[in-house]
Amino acid sequence: MYAYDELDRTLINERVSEFRDQVKRRLSGELTEDEFKMLRLQNGVYLQLHAYMFRVAIPYGTLSSKQMRAFARVARRYDRGYGHFTTRQNIQFNWIKLAELPDALADLAEVGIHAMQTSGNNMRNVTSDQWAGVAPGEVEDPRIWSEILRQHTTLHPEFSFLPRKFKIAITASEHDRAAIKVHDIGLRLYKNAEGETGFEVLVGGGLGRTPFIGKTIKPFVHGRDILSYVEAILRVYNQYGRRDNIYKARIKILVHELGIEKFSREVEEEWKQMGDVGLTLDHSVVEEVRSRFSYPAYEKLPHMPDELKQAAHDPLFERWRRNSVFPHKAQGYSIVTLSLKPVGGPPGDATADQMDAVADLADKYSFGEIRVGHEQNLCLPHVAKRDLPQLWKALDRIGLATPNVNLVTDIIACPGLDYCSLANARSIPIAQELTRRFANHDTAELIGRLHINISGCINACGHHHVGHIGILGVEKNGEEFYQITIGGRADEGAQMGTLIGPAIPYAEVADVIEDIVEAYLALRDRPEELFVDAVKRLGVEPFKERVYATR
Amino acid sequence: MPLVKQGRITTDLFVHIADGTELPGDGSILVPASRFLEDPEVLLKRAGKLGVIWPNNRDLDDLVPYLGRLAAVALVFPSFRDGRAYSQARLLRERHGYDGELRATGQVLRDQFVFMSRAGFDAFEVRKDFDADAFAATMKSYSVFYQPTGDGRVTALHRRMQLRHSESAGQ
Repeated sequence: MYAYDELDRTLINERVSEFRDQVKRRLSGELTEDEFKMLRLQNGVYLQLHAYMFRVAIPYGTLSSKQMRAFARVARRYDRGYGHFTTRQNIQFNWIKLAELPDALADLAEVGIHAMQTSGNNMRNVTSDQWAGVAPGEVEDPRIWSEILRQHTTLHPEFSFLPRKFKIAITASEHDRAAIKVHDIGLRLYKNAEGETGFEVLVGGGLGRTPFIGKTIKPFVHGRDILSYVEAILRVYNQYGRRDNIYKARIKILVHELGIEKFSREVEEEWKQMGDVGLTLDHSVVEEVRSRFSYPAYEKLPHMPDELKQAAHDPLFERWRRNSVFPHKAQGYSIVTLSLKPVGGPPGDATADQMDAVADLADKYSFGEIRVGHEQNLCLPHVAKRDLPQLWKALDRIGLATPNVNLVTDIIACPGLDYCSLANARSIPIAQELTRRFANHDTAELIGRLHINISGCINACGHHHVGHIGILGVEKNGEEFYQITIGGRADEGAQMGTLIGPAIPYAEVADVIEDIVEAYLALRDRPEELFVDAVKRLGVEPFKERVYATR
Repeated sequence: MPLVKQGRITTDLFVHIADGTELPGDGSILVPASRFLEDPEVLLKRAGKLGVIWPNNRDLDDLVPYLGRLAAVALVFPSFRDGRAYSQARLLRERHGYDGELRATGQVLRDQFVFMSRAGFDAFEVRKDFDADAFAATMKSYSVFYQPTGDGRVTALHRRMQLRHSESAGQ
C-alpha cells in the first residue's frame, strides 16, 4: 500500500475545497452549465440519464480496507446502497445529488481517495496489473512507477485541457493483465541487458469507434527518463492532436495520421530539446516513493497446509479453488479473485454490505489490502493457503464466491442504456441473461476461458473489440440491435475481434452466443484449445455459418 | 474586460490593434502575429512598447528571434477547453527564456488561473469582473504542486527529498 503523506493529503483537501466553491458558484448561477461541465468532469461527475454519476479513482487498483469502507459509507449515505466497479479501476456511484457531491468527496478525502481526472480531457487514473507486487515472476512492482506517474499527471498545469482524454497503463509481467496495448500510452516494465529498469513505450492504442492496437514508439526508455519521455509525447499531442472533431481527437488518430515513424521523430525531437527540466528520476527519488509502499510481513508457510488437504474433499470448495485462486510469489500464499459476476447480477456491482464485508475479510485474511482489476472483479492479494477454506465460506455467504472467474459468465459490460445517456442499447440485461444461460458451473468449466465483453454503444466502454466474444449495441430504426465480433483479446497478444455478420435483435443475442459456444465445443480440436485459439485457427466462417444458417 | 497583472486588477496600457487599422504614433500596442510578421522591424522601431498576439496553432519558431525586443506576448485561449497555449507558454518561458509580460487572452476564467500561472502567464485578460476580483484568493487555493515548471514553485517531491536530507542530517 502507498501511504499518503501530509502533502498528498493537503492537495486532495485543497481540491475538495475548490470543488465545493465551484458547485456553490454553479448553484448560484455564477458559473454557466457549459463552464461548470468541464470542472465537474475533472472531478469525475457526469450527468447521466437519470442523475449525476460520480466516478472515483482507485489508482492502480490498490485499496485498503479502510478505503473500501469509505466507499460503503458513500454508497449508503449519498447513493442507493451500491457502487459499480469499472474497467479502469474506478468505482462509480449512479445516484448522487449535485449539492451533496462536495461532502462525498470530503468523506473520501479523509481516507486518501479522490476523483480527480476520472473524466474530462486530461490524464486519467493511471492503471496497472491488479496482481502488481504479488504475481510470481514479476520484474518489479509497477505501482511505484504508477504512483510516480499518478502524482506527475495530477493537476498538471500544461496537460489539463488536452484534445481528448488520455489513459496510461503499466504492466511488469510477461502476461499483460493491464491491457496496455489498448491505452493511449502503454508501459511495459522490464530490465535491459545491463539490468537497468526501463520501459517499452507503446502509444496510440485505444478502442472506441476507431480501435487501434498501440504501437511501440521506443523499445527502451530508462526508468529515470520516463517522466520526461511521457511529457514529450504529451506536448506533441497537446499541440498537434486534432481539436476540430471530438471523434478524431484521441492520440491514436494523430499517430495514425502522421504514421508512427513521423510521430516518434516529433517526440524524439521534443524530448532532445527538453533537456534537463527537473523531470529526471534519480535513484533516490524512486526509492523515496518506494519507501512509502508497505508490504506484508509474510510468514513462512507450507506449500500445502493440512486445512487445504482436508477441504479438497469438498467438491464445491475445490471447484472454487481451481477457478478463483491463483499462485502467489510467496510460498504458502495465494491471490484470490472475488467474482462480482453473480448469476443474474449486473457485472461489477457491489452493495455497501458486500464492501464492508470484503473490508473485514481483507483485514482478517489479506493484510487489509484489496485490489480491483479491469475485468470488474475484486481481489484479495495475500491470502494464506491455510485460510482458503474459511475465506471461501465467508465469501459464499455474501455472494462473492461464484466460481466463474475468466469463464463465459465473467462478463465485462458497460452500464449501457439503463444508465448512460450515450448508449444506443442496453448492456446489463444482456449480461444478466447470459449468466442465466450459462449458470451451470460444470458447463462453464467445460467451455473454459472465454471473455465476453459488452458495450452499449460505439464508445466501447465495455471493451467489446477485445472480448473473445464482443457484443456491441447499435440502434436500428429505434430498436436495439447488436453486432457480434469474435477472436478479440486484450492481453499481450491484443487484437480486435472480427465481425461475424449482420446485427441481431435484442431478443436473439443470448441464443446467438449459445450457438457460437456450441459451435466452438464441436469444433475445438481438444479440450485445452481455448475459444479464442479455435477462432484463430478456424477463422470466423464456421461460427458465422452456425449463427446465420437458420436465421 | 479587466486586466490582472502582478496579482492585481490594473489599467491596460496596451491598445489592441486589429489587422488593417492605423497605428497610433506612440503608446503601447498589441498587434496580431500576421501584422507583426509583415514587417517586424517597422513595428519594433516605433516609439512605444510592442506586444504580439500569437495564435495557439502557429509554431513559435517565427516569434522566437524577436522575443528579446518584445514587451509582451499574448497567447490565446479561443475556448477554455483548448489547452494549446499552456504548452506555448511553458516553451516561451522555460525553453526560450522569455521574461517579458506573458498575457492570457480569450476565454480566461477563474478556474484556470492556477494552471496559467504555473505555465508562466503573469497577465490575464479576465472575462468576468467577479473572476478578476477573486484572483488573489484563487491563487491561494493550492499550496502543493506535483510537477516542476518554470514558475519557481517547489514541488512535493523536492520538499520530500529536502525533508529526508534534513532528517538524515539530524541523526
